[in-house]
Amino acid sequence: MNDLKGKTAPDSVFDVAIIGAGVCGANIARKLSAYELDVALLEKEEDVSFGTSKANSGIVHGGFHDSHDHLKARLELRGAMMFDRLKAELNFPFERCGIVVVARHEDDMRAIEHLYRQGVENGVIGIEMCSRERMLELEPKLSPDTVGGLYAPAGGIVEPYRFVFSLVESARKNGVELRTGFEAAQASREGGAWTIRSPGGETVRSRYVVNAAGLYADRVSAIFGAEKFEITARKGEYYLLDRATRAKPRRVVFPVPTTVSKGMLVVPTVEGTVLVGPTAEVIQNKDDFATTREALETILRSGRDMIPSISETDVIASFTGLRPILGDDFYIDMSECVPDFVQVAGIQSPGLTASPAIGEYVKDLLKKAGLRFVEKIDWDPFMPKLPQARDMTPYELDEAVRRDPAYGDIVCRCEKVSEAEIVAAIRAGHTTLDGIKYFTRAQMGRCQGGFCTYKILKILMRETGMGWAEVTKSGDGSVVLKGEL
Amino acid sequence: MKELRYDAVVVGGGAAGMGAALELRERGFSVAIIEREECLGGILMQCIHNGFGLIEFGEELSGPEFAQRMEDRVRAAGVDAYLGTTVTEMTLGEHTPAYLRDVSSPGATLVCVSPEMGVLRISARAVVLSMGCRERNRGNIRIPGTRPSGVYTAGLAQRLVNIDGYVPGKDVVIVGSGDIGLIMARRMSWIGCKVHAVVEILPHPSGLERNIVQCLKDFGIPLYLSHLTTNIYGRDRVEGVEIAPIVNGAVDYAQARRIPCDTVLLSVGLVPENELSRNAGVELNPMTNGPWVDSGMMTNMPGVFACGNVLHVHDLVDYVVEEARRAGAFAADWLEGRRPARELRIKAGANVRYVAPAKLDPSRDNKVYLRTLVVKNDALLEVKVDNRVVRSAKKAHIQPSEMIALTLGPAELGGTGPDAAVEISIQ
Repeated sequence: MNDLKGKTAPDSVFDVAIIGAGVCGANIARKLSAYELDVALLEKEEDVSFGTSKANSGIVHGGFHDSHDHLKARLELRGAMMFDRLKAELNFPFERCGIVVVARHEDDMRAIEHLYRQGVENGVIGIEMCSRERMLELEPKLSPDTVGGLYAPAGGIVEPYRFVFSLVESARKNGVELRTGFEAAQASREGGAWTIRSPGGETVRSRYVVNAAGLYADRVSAIFGAEKFEITARKGEYYLLDRATRAKPRRVVFPVPTTVSKGMLVVPTVEGTVLVGPTAEVIQNKDDFATTREALETILRSGRDMIPSISETDVIASFTGLRPILGDDFYIDMSECVPDFVQVAGIQSPGLTASPAIGEYVKDLLKKAGLRFVEKIDWDPFMPKLPQARDMTPYELDEAVRRDPAYGDIVCRCEKVSEAEIVAAIRAGHTTLDGIKYFTRAQMGRCQGGFCTYKILKILMRETGMGWAEVTKSGDGSVVLKGEL
Repeated sequence: MKELRYDAVVVGGGAAGMGAALELRERGFSVAIIEREECLGGILMQCIHNGFGLIEFGEELSGPEFAQRMEDRVRAAGVDAYLGTTVTEMTLGEHTPAYLRDVSSPGATLVCVSPEMGVLRISARAVVLSMGCRERNRGNIRIPGTRPSGVYTAGLAQRLVNIDGYVPGKDVVIVGSGDIGLIMARRMSWIGCKVHAVVEILPHPSGLERNIVQCLKDFGIPLYLSHLTTNIYGRDRVEGVEIAPIVNGAVDYAQARRIPCDTVLLSVGLVPENELSRNAGVELNPMTNGPWVDSGMMTNMPGVFACGNVLHVHDLVDYVVEEARRAGAFAADWLEGRRPARELRIKAGANVRYVAPAKLDPSRDNKVYLRTLVVKNDALLEVKVDNRVVRSAKKAHIQPSEMIALTLGPAELGGTGPDAAVEISIQ
């Protein structure tokens, strides 16, 4: 991601530096942007949301999966309630479509009852135990051998990367400085402030540091001499189905959870496709983003157990996401080993749901630790809705083309993305093919970039002045072209 | 929003669209072609190899030459072409939402958009669908592994090399032996890249025999038949693929081996691009992914016709144009109010994957295309009407990648009852 010129001189000291621009870092940054503070958001990847936050189920959970004595359950409940307001302010794709949990055997109903009680104790509104008939009425695509289940009407779906992009843009609009491609490699403390060094020798100085480094929070903690812990990765593989699939449910469909995970779901994504997964496998290598034959077979089988019409001919992509696991709860606290250092680690499921509440929680920790919070009088919480060709009526589109002819050039036919939207993504700093994909959905549809990649390459080179050798899929060595004729 | 009216609108300006438009225009109807790219010709424009035009023009041409000749005819005939224009919506008659309906013109309404003209609403009494097809991708065939850069469909790579002048990669493995993949094996070799393997899951190639000879054998490129691509490796850029043989119908993972490469090209089949049709209510044949059409190439929606690769995937552009001309002529018949008095259903029998069209007019000759499910020497093709053999033909060699054409007319279909069923089978 190409940054705007840093507003701060090199020797100045930030009040807070947040390491990691995933959904936690982004929420924390946006929360802090409402106060008179100098905040830096540091991300080692080329773009924000390129880690765990880009590859997950995209669910706002229903608040019944965990008991209230877990921090993650309390933050989940609080976070879930915050999404409506955030959407009103930031205009990212989010919808409360509801969640159903499917019981396939009489034995499952015991687990359903447990989830129901837990939900009621947690104060979840509208949660209901369902008969077979009620389940099939709520979700007609379910297998006829469904015996009953649970319904949580407030559960929802969100496009996780677009959520992060909106938060980061809002934070930047309110003065937060974003530095992508900045890996925190070394840290030292002098004169009451931390100095963070990148491998390239760049430095950022800050009074407080928040460790929201996801899978690598253990490494960052060690660099700062803080608590020793180990984050393990839990791998989740997914299939993405074409929006034309007959298997698209109305609500998020969960199985009865197992001891390790919430199980494999069928998710009608907020943008109209269908997601099936994830698997849950603890792995040693945090770089292991490979999908496997075995897991992909399991996904189809499990999905079909609940919704039999899931067909392998509808698959348009498969992918892997890694969850950072540290015990069975979140670890969010001030470090007890080193000063002015906040740990935000082990943010596994329901991290996305909880993330807005994590932003508030970290703000409260910093306040308790002595950071002064003065509200900005000119804080602007709003981000305009992005004009998108696919949302427009013919009349609106005609009007948009009159203002900017680039709306009339449909670059991505599958997801109906115009050139104007690609240009907007690039100008917002998303300068890799994947960055443009997550921002606009171009290359995300049924042809998976077969028709539009060359067009996007040209627009990207034209807008940024990059040469062919500089274009990457997702930064670093992921070069797209290897030569010119 | 601008409003236009034509007798017929052709969606897609490739070989099929131009063929249909030409026929309609020559019969005196006003015709518009809507094409999303900046020029007519469709996929022909990136097919710079020769082998096109032997039937249509009686000589061997490259893709762009073929396209140019078609375009010259289309322009001379007075067909309007809207370039850089995308059809976003097509509706028919009472299905058209009230705010888009043009009460004075029954028929189809198409909503299109272009940078120059904004949104256009075009009313037409007939529509010819000729949007072609798309390539199946990695997700469709579910190759496990990482998701690095360097995995392209063969057609995208062909576009990058032949039109944009970029080299997508140096050390290439091609998955699937479809024609575009074979052509690209030769093309990549010519630009100095090393093609390490072509990997085909089936025991026989998916492309034409002439391409196996001219594109692989002549360049010493190994073809691995009965091999599955089981993994793609690489963190940022492709570093290799793993392939495993299929032995007695099962993948033998013990014999899997890794081929280092920086690029994977996928040539694993084509799918008719029917999203516009499907959204308009056109019914599709699951065997072809193209619309069901009657003896006059008309879909289930009155006045909506289909031809070329959007109907079923053809091997040769000459066949596409031939079929498109017929579709254009039938659309002209429809505009003149002429419909067949009687139609017979035709269906795929033993060893036949599909037959197109799905209905025949017994009063005239009907050109029928079919694909077999099997590879076979000395095959016997039989056409039966109500279980009575009306035609049989010996074929020295048949295979799924080579389309079979035949003509059935009054000689075979005359004197049949109103509910007679025609079936084509192969033994």
